[in-house]
Amino acid sequence: MYPAKFEYFPPRTLEEALSLLAKYGDEGKVLAGGQSLIPLMKLRFAAPRALIDLNRIEGLDQLVEEDGGLRIGALVRTKACERSQLLRDRYRALADAAPQISDPIVRNRGTVVGSLAHADPQGDWGSVMLAVGARVEARGSGGTRTIPIEQFFQGPFASALEPDEIVTSVVVPDPGPRASGTYLKLERKVGDFATVGVAVHLSLDNGRVRRAGIGLTAVAPTNVRATKAEEALAGAELNDASIRNAAELAAQAAEPRSDLRGSADYKRHIVQVFTERGLRTAAEAAGAA
Amino acid sequence: MAVVEEKVTTWLGRSVKRKEDDRFLQGRGNYIEDIKLPGMLYMAILRSPYAHARILSIDTAAAMQVPGVVAVVTGADLVAHKLAWMPTLSGDTQAVLATDKVRMQGQEVACVIAEDVYTAHDALGLIDVDYEPLPVVTNPQQALAEGAPVIRDDKEGKTDNRIYHWEAGDQGATERAFAQADRVVSIGMHYPRCHPSPLECCGCVADVNPASGKVTIYMTSQAPHAHRTVFALVTGLPEQNIQIISPDLGGGFGNKVPIYPGYVVATAASLLIGRPVKWIEDRTGNLISTGFARDFYMDGELALRQDGKMLGLRVNMLSDQGYAYADAQPSKFKAGLFHVVTGSYDIPAAHVVTDGAYTNKAPGGVAYRCSFRVTEASFFIERLVQKAAYELGLDPAELRRLNFIQPEQFPYTSATGFVYDSGDYERALDLALEKVGYRELRQEQAKLRQEGKGKLLGIGLASFTEVVGAGPGRQFDILGIRMFDSAELRVHPTGKAILKLGVKSQGQGHETTFAQIVSNELGIPPQDVMVQEGDTDNTPYGLGTYASRSTPTGGAATAVVARELREKAKRIAAHLLEAAAEDLEWELGRFFVRGTPDRGVTIQDVAFAAYTNLPEGMQAGLEGVHYYDPPNMTYPFGSYVVVVDIDAGTGQWKVRRVVAVDDCGVRINPMIVEGQIMGGLTEGLGMAAMELITFDEEGNCIGSNFMDYLLPTSMETPHFDLFETVTPSPHHPIGCKGVGESATVGSPAAYVNAVIDALAPYEITNIDMPVTSDKVWEALRSKGVGA
Repeated sequence: MYPAKFEYFPPRTLEEALSLLAKYGDEGKVLAGGQSLIPLMKLRFAAPRALIDLNRIEGLDQLVEEDGGLRIGALVRTKACERSQLLRDRYRALADAAPQISDPIVRNRGTVVGSLAHADPQGDWGSVMLAVGARVEARGSGGTRTIPIEQFFQGPFASALEPDEIVTSVVVPDPGPRASGTYLKLERKVGDFATVGVAVHLSLDNGRVRRAGIGLTAVAPTNVRATKAEEALAGAELNDASIRNAAELAAQAAEPRSDLRGSADYKRHIVQVFTERGLRTAAEAAGAA
Repeated sequence: MAVVEEKVTTWLGRSVKRKEDDRFLQGRGNYIEDIKLPGMLYMAILRSPYAHARILSIDTAAAMQVPGVVAVVTGADLVAHKLAWMPTLSGDTQAVLATDKVRMQGQEVACVIAEDVYTAHDALGLIDVDYEPLPVVTNPQQALAEGAPVIRDDKEGKTDNRIYHWEAGDQGATERAFAQADRVVSIGMHYPRCHPSPLECCGCVADVNPASGKVTIYMTSQAPHAHRTVFALVTGLPEQNIQIISPDLGGGFGNKVPIYPGYVVATAASLLIGRPVKWIEDRTGNLISTGFARDFYMDGELALRQDGKMLGLRVNMLSDQGYAYADAQPSKFKAGLFHVVTGSYDIPAAHVVTDGAYTNKAPGGVAYRCSFRVTEASFFIERLVQKAAYELGLDPAELRRLNFIQPEQFPYTSATGFVYDSGDYERALDLALEKVGYRELRQEQAKLRQEGKGKLLGIGLASFTEVVGAGPGRQFDILGIRMFDSAELRVHPTGKAILKLGVKSQGQGHETTFAQIVSNELGIPPQDVMVQEGDTDNTPYGLGTYASRSTPTGGAATAVVARELREKAKRIAAHLLEAAAEDLEWELGRFFVRGTPDRGVTIQDVAFAAYTNLPEGMQAGLEGVHYYDPPNMTYPFGSYVVVVDIDAGTGQWKVRRVVAVDDCGVRINPMIVEGQIMGGLTEGLGMAAMELITFDEEGNCIGSNFMDYLLPTSMETPHFDLFETVTPSPHHPIGCKGVGESATVGSPAAYVNAVIDALAPYEITNIDMPVTSDKVWEALRSKGVGA
């Protein structure tokens, strides 16, 4: 497994990184954790001319709460999320997802933002961010812009990013006081990509659902929201009937393909089972009756 | 400070820490990749993207232009040296580099030899091969169907894809048994293709000295001596000029028994260029082109009396061999060791029919800790016995007990002609059931079934009997070379010893285990015995390590040669003590005069005297060599119980408990034995739950990297509760049977039986491995269970 030749740049500032990216465009690749990019290069499925390593840029590793939510910088490792008490207390879907991502070695280096930018429909973070309604912040030669997560994923391994843009952080909105969530993942073994993953986020208000977010992994060309299930839950009471109905609607939102991980029917069924289980777990944690 | 040492009376049964681990744990091992020679070049292999295609042309000009590229080798170049094809271990032929056609995806088409490894890989992309794709055969049923494309059209007169049709056992007696049966229970299954996947892939450094003609090949070889002979026969080079050195190996599991094209091309290239050539296989190359395991379709039936007594067994097998027949098949047992299919049971009649077919897949078949198809045989009978128990309404443990070969029946001649050396099957099963709490588990299961809340509990048994230690040379051979093995022991003047063996460790701990055998016979402590293996210039001829044969053969040779040296030592001791040899007694490490225990000499004293103070007329030195041809195979056995919980909502199953009772005869180093068993139980789980090499209809291999070919990690591996019984082999010098493969052979059936046991109330009788959650769910759904 020997990659093709490439040039390696370790810029010290974001500006420097952006100018390198502007120079190489499509032929430049941004390196953060490298847990997707490096294997692709070793298999020669990817052969970028230039590798722009963000790891020496200061300030990109922030995992902090600030006005209006949680900021996850481009160099925040999944391991940091796994260890974060803040996430366990306030951003439960993220906290539950983190330890289920790949294996400990990948989590030590792999970043949340890198996973989003890779836009793998089997990626876990995308579904979680869809469920919690995150925004992606990107910088390019044209300046900074914010992209709502549901507009970010354009297709398998394709995002709304321009070739000269770098995602600097992802921001998760404040979930409010009575909120919770979880992530359920079916994998064939630790380290495998998801057969199916379901991210659930609930915020409650007076015993009713204020906002429900459901993101699905590996059952569509991109991570997708189960919009109809979310809409059916909004304003509803959480009970067996509403949860089952939402789970059925979520299964309908899935467009899985049959493969070695299972048939389309099986995957759709898992979406339903996991949505139901996830909503029950989240409802209980958020303090629904 | 005075150190009071415990008086050692035996070195058997002692968990001596592995002598080899210091260097492994400190990164001081010496693997193929560590070997760097002056002037060394690097080789990379271009592999076929097609499973079946005619090669119209190969253009290497652009690759040759890359700075640093020294040579590009194609099949046409090898034809000139009569090296385009090579023999397999079963005497078939396999392409070194494709000439006419490619017959599997991943087949070796060309090699680039360059100054560095990156350049070699860069140039691969510039070789332009023009292929004409041909229809593909991806399973043996399709291969044997009328009008199937002929894969081996290189063989004159070959008009179909059949490789062999063999029968074993007694057809007439079996038919009579079935005629008398009250019940006939049948089962059909596919034991899927999997892969041994050693941590270290294959590789070599070939170093041909153009001046002396000496050919030194550092090579990932489990059988260096056999490989030297094959190299000599294939190349016509004089055998004394060929030295194979197999350094530290990062696992083998049978994967490093065959000779692969990479070794041959690297050697030919070194010969032609006059510089050393290194080839290191990458993971994809390893998974798609090297010796796979299994891929056996098995159908059979068991004839029983109403009371559960087994009367007869019939099995039909169809084997997917890939494009070359590369099983290592002993010539006297054509169904391989599948002959052990009657397992632990006294089944009076059996008939086995086996067919093999070519397909557009990689050759292999016996790798992955499989003694020549024992794994398939054991899996088959243990799955069938469970099904029979359900159909007769008997507990699976009870049906086994009813039919076990009894201890007084040994030596026991099976219906297919094997002579089992010793066994006590019921004792192992009873111990396993007691340790797991079988009765309580069955009660819990009954309760859960009554409650019916989607929690499914399964209890799976396997009471396997293995056959290992090939073999008696009169019955077992590879390419005609009899399967003996050897040990050469030299005791130096200071009483330290060096033991040289024909077998070759790949991680099994030979340096410790075999030192302990010497220690046990001569009293020289293990740290004073160096064990050497793998260098054909410096070790006696042997057939290598696979099929759990090292302790049954090389271990036996070690014990015998050590005893021979002890006889000589006794005569030297008599000389030193001025006593008659017959008046001497032996305690471990020391001779003394009978009746006067103070008058004695240690083995170290004797060793020194062997070089300094000998009886008149005796040759100096204390060394010897023994070639051991075992009188019979050995038959390790055991009983495993696996307990699983199934989530009916998702089909996921989780192992709650594994209890494994193994009887491998006398244990030399229990820690190493337990390590082997844990490894095998993990591999068994891998096969049962996740490992699969499969192909799409175009013959593309799915399972060509570790994202698709799944191996269990520590996260998936459950805790194992290990227990033992000891039934010594009566014919092995120290009563050992071999254990390397027991758990890999025995455990897959226990895992699958556990899952099927949980599903039994729904009349689900089989799920082929790997038993993945989606298959469990689909099976439940097909019976209207689950959501």
